[in-house]
Amino acid sequence: MTAQLIPDRPVPARARRQKRQYGASFIYDVPGPRGRRNILIGSIVSVVVFAAIVGLGLWQFAAHGQLAPERWAPFTEWAIWQYLLVGLLGTLEAAAIVAVLGAALGTVLALGRVSQVRWVRFVCGLYIEIARTVPVLLVIYLMLFGLPQIGINLPTLWKLVVPLTIANAAVFAEIIRAGILSLPRGQREAALSLGMRPVQAMTYVVLPQAVRNVTPSLVTQFVSLLKDTSLGYIVAFTELLYRGQVLASYLHLLIPTYVAVTVIYLVVNGSLSAFASRLQRGSRRRTSPQPVLPTLPAVVAVEHVDDGTDSTKADHV
Amino acid sequence: MNPLIDNLGPLAQALGTTLLMAVVAGVGSIVLGVLVTIARVSPIPVLRAAAFLYVQFFINVPLLALLLLAVFALPDAGILLPLTPTAIIVLTVYEAAYVAEAVRSGVNTVPVGQVEASRALGLTLWQSLRYVVVPQALRAVVQPIGNVMIALAMNTALAAAVGVVELTAEVNKVNLVAAQPILIFSSAGLIYMAIALAIGLAAGWVERKVAIAR
Repeated sequence: MTAQLIPDRPVPARARRQKRQYGASFIYDVPGPRGRRNILIGSIVSVVVFAAIVGLGLWQFAAHGQLAPERWAPFTEWAIWQYLLVGLLGTLEAAAIVAVLGAALGTVLALGRVSQVRWVRFVCGLYIEIARTVPVLLVIYLMLFGLPQIGINLPTLWKLVVPLTIANAAVFAEIIRAGILSLPRGQREAALSLGMRPVQAMTYVVLPQAVRNVTPSLVTQFVSLLKDTSLGYIVAFTELLYRGQVLASYLHLLIPTYVAVTVIYLVVNGSLSAFASRLQRGSRRRTSPQPVLPTLPAVVAVEHVDDGTDSTKADHV
Repeated sequence: MNPLIDNLGPLAQALGTTLLMAVVAGVGSIVLGVLVTIARVSPIPVLRAAAFLYVQFFINVPLLALLLLAVFALPDAGILLPLTPTAIIVLTVYEAAYVAEAVRSGVNTVPVGQVEASRALGLTLWQSLRYVVVPQALRAVVQPIGNVMIALAMNTALAAAVGVVELTAEVNKVNLVAAQPILIFSSAGLIYMAIALAIGLAAGWVERKVAIAR
């Protein structure tokens, strides 16, 4: 591939799709007959190995009666799912509160981190470093046992939300700061030269663009935060994992219940992650549009050669 | 008088457990993560799909749910290991997904020309991965892997929730007797910060050591 800083034309949609699918397809050539045979052998061997692993697992489960239909029958009833989904509501509620509070606090911290005032920078940096390197569980224990001692007794929801906010605000701050630093300095300078105050330049020019640039990371962090709400299990807050644990000990069906809980987490977070990667693709297209250059005759000729093969293959020729 | 000094022996032992978990799971997850990445860029579609599903699964399911599943539920199916090894295995496979994500982003930073040059020299796929792609990819992601390792060290605290007597569980126990939560948990927090700082400094040192001038 030759360096092509300004592409002559947008990469055709087909080629782009293929690149995404392969991830690192540039590592190997389009396989020849022998390569195809090796790939086929490799596929068969790995299918056999995976099938053997899954088979062994199922055999082990079956040998201990875990696959018996009556152990899984309760999960065909709506009531059981309803019980778990109420837990999911608790999870989503806690996650939403943490996201809003954490993002707000994180923005403030990020602004402090890039502030001109030295001690503000220092304090915010110190907070971020501490909050990022102390386990959330420890903060939860501290709140659980420390606060009642000084006479503060929070509702269960807040026993979970406050420690999570403390931890996640630091991460949000780092993400937003990265967004601010990724913007060209000219943006702020241009805003200042238009007569905006530094605060105005930040709120109207820098911050909106910075947040847009890091939206995928923010969504990814939201997934991680949603996973962290499973710590509600410790503070006995009614969220998905806690409900799962109650249900498991009530039904005496540990494996089916935890599998169901895992599946719910997988569906919710999986769709969020998919949303994040869609955003990532979308935002790249939106923020850096392909420059439209006048079509030159010479370029048309090059295009003609390219047309037959698709561009990923052409790269390797 | 100070409850921490009174319980120095058990606390040191608990810290040892934390460090053991962090080190074993750390090394294991880096190895497993690199293998998963290799599967993810391999030309074999089945391996690529499996590696993708592996990463997606562990990135979307909470560690605590996996720990509960492994510690409390799997014994029902006759899969029973001692507590600490179980926690280490769960941590390893969980963090390996994050390492794989980090290494994959490193693979994407390797210039296309490098691979083309290695192919032009006649290296096989495995050789160009082994001698060209992976070394450069790993060098590019020392800091991100350091961050994953810090997260792993923090996550060892979750093992306390399933009964592993590591630092968090032990200070919790000390606190139940001494009832000085602020002193006790803050000290434990300082120890975790020291661990994270050590990992961060080590990552910085390794990065300087292996950096390539481009």
